[in-house]
Amino acid sequence: MSFYLIYKQLKDVPIETYMQSVSEADVRVVLTKQELNQEDLLALLSPAAERILEEIAEQAHRLTVQHFGKTIQLFNPLYVSDYCVNHCTYCSFSVTNEFERKILTEEEIEVEAQTLRATGIEHVLLLTGESKQHTPVSYLKDCVKILRKYFSSIAIEVNPLDTEEYEELFAAGVDGVTVYQETYNEDIYKQYHVKGPKRNYLYRLDTPERACEAGMRSVNIGALLGLDDWRKEVFLMAMHAQYLQTTYLGTEISVSLPRIRPTIGDFIPTTAVYDRYLVQCMLALRLFLPRSGITLSTRESPELRDHLLPLGVTKMSAGASTEVGGYSQDDKGTNQFEISDERNVNEISEALIRKGYQPIYKDWVHL
Amino acid sequence: MNDQLVIGGKELSSRLFIGTGKYYSDEVIPEVINRSKSEVITVAVRRVDLNRSEQHVMKYIPKEMTLLPNTSGARTAEEAVRIARLARAAGMGNWIKIEVISDQKYLLPDNEETIKATEQLAAEGFVVLPYMSPDLMAAKKLEEAGAAAVMPLGAPIGTNRGLQTKELIKLLISESKVPIIIDAGIGKPSEAAEAMELGAAAVLVNTAIAAAKDPVAMAEAFAQAVEAGRTAYRTGMATKSETANASSPLTSFLDSI
Ligand code: SF4
Repeated sequence: MSFYLIYKQLKDVPIETYMQSVSEADVRVVLTKQELNQEDLLALLSPAAERILEEIAEQAHRLTVQHFGKTIQLFNPLYVSDYCVNHCTYCSFSVTNEFERKILTEEEIEVEAQTLRATGIEHVLLLTGESKQHTPVSYLKDCVKILRKYFSSIAIEVNPLDTEEYEELFAAGVDGVTVYQETYNEDIYKQYHVKGPKRNYLYRLDTPERACEAGMRSVNIGALLGLDDWRKEVFLMAMHAQYLQTTYLGTEISVSLPRIRPTIGDFIPTTAVYDRYLVQCMLALRLFLPRSGITLSTRESPELRDHLLPLGVTKMSAGASTEVGGYSQDDKGTNQFEISDERNVNEISEALIRKGYQPIYKDWVHL
Repeated sequence: MNDQLVIGGKELSSRLFIGTGKYYSDEVIPEVINRSKSEVITVAVRRVDLNRSEQHVMKYIPKEMTLLPNTSGARTAEEAVRIARLARAAGMGNWIKIEVISDQKYLLPDNEETIKATEQLAAEGFVVLPYMSPDLMAAKKLEEAGAAAVMPLGAPIGTNRGLQTKELIKLLISESKVPIIIDAGIGKPSEAAEAMELGAAAVLVNTAIAAAKDPVAMAEAFAQAVEAGRTAYRTGMATKSETANASSPLTSFLDSI
């Protein structure tokens, strides 16, 4: 079984027509329910819901505090390579962009890890561009061996792998996998992914399932908002998360809502996802998946991040660097995308505390 | 009136156990402990930075409290056992709350894996308090496996839905030889009182206190509710036992025939 079968059924559902028919009263009915279904999710993403965001926000806030308390888990990305064999039109690392590429040596990773660990961060997300040639599983395993010395939890965001490869990495100490579908719309997927193995829509779509099958403790999925109609993307992403959660009970499924950021090329998002819409997406996800983690990256501005806090966020990156060697090297690599919240770990922690939240640096033990 | 609960050889006057998760700041914990009068506090081992003692929640917990480290995050018996050993090695004592949750959707405990972990850890000398789904057979097996108390859920973790499993819990209370402590689901002081009235030995409350607008005041409300519920239960017990001791008004004539 694959989510693809469900995707094919959902693809032709007249989502827009349904959403247009939803009234504010319909949305209020959803707010009284304990378990939400597909139609309820669509109601929350509808234009009518946009008009009563405050009411939905109250519910989202209540549910978030109930399930997660007033805590936010902090993590940071650590880029070890920016080699990529793909051409994604929206990303600086695209093979078509010319810049001096880097791949960290074991010694450099050690220094980078020490520098990041010194900020207090215990949860790390290991990132590479997508190139199996430059960063094969054996290289990733070497990285993990070093990172294990410094961090309590290691997740990876690398090129999609086979189940056996995820199993190998799990055994080496990786406990989480992040993979974004970018866009769920199969018809336009290839327009954005011009070249490289990433063009294979189905292999990417099935990636979270392979990670779950390999026994990963957590799997994080997402749609890159701005590539297609955000209402549809978030609807499909939520259905995907629900499918994974139901099929793989042992894995914690969380979601991210990255918006397109400026990159080297001059990519312009096709659909504008204004702050108001981002809020609506987050609220809908929180109500539909009350126990799922929601990650908020430094792509968003400090002001916006502070305001989004009570609405459903449970994990944040802090003082993130999106370039290879970004924590310790003078001669840093190229940003994968520009970050917007430039505050360091301490500043973010202080901001959280001021807002009445406890920053959580560590939430797992290596076993 | 002396009404002490004894677990793992420790005498406890308070029947309210509290948690450390979900607080907006750990700094509020000492006052919560104070007002709740609680003597047992659960701590997620996975949240404690065992290498950096100055940073973790334990610095807010007075020495005289009994620490109940928990194995949250464990998906198998094996993981729970390893977390328990880590906790003991780190000086967190030998009490352990087993939490094995292999379902991340509803967060329900896996009784089978919990029994395995209990067996193992009890044999290693831990005072084991397993969190479980209220199933009588599983509770009996936990007892046999060496559990010092059994902790059934009132409702799934964090739902604040109260004693949804009341009928099953009643069976556990009347059939178990070890104390039954209601863990998870209790959202209001009145529900804690109800659990105590039913005869629970204690209740563990985390979310309802930690996520309250004023956790300190809520801790006090729970302390009062637990005491009220316990007193009511003891009063009920007394009546029941008096009845049992009295002569049988309806059938005593049989003796004189
Ligand atoms: S999005 Fe990923 S795969 Fe695409 S170009 Fe960037 S790094 Fe490469």
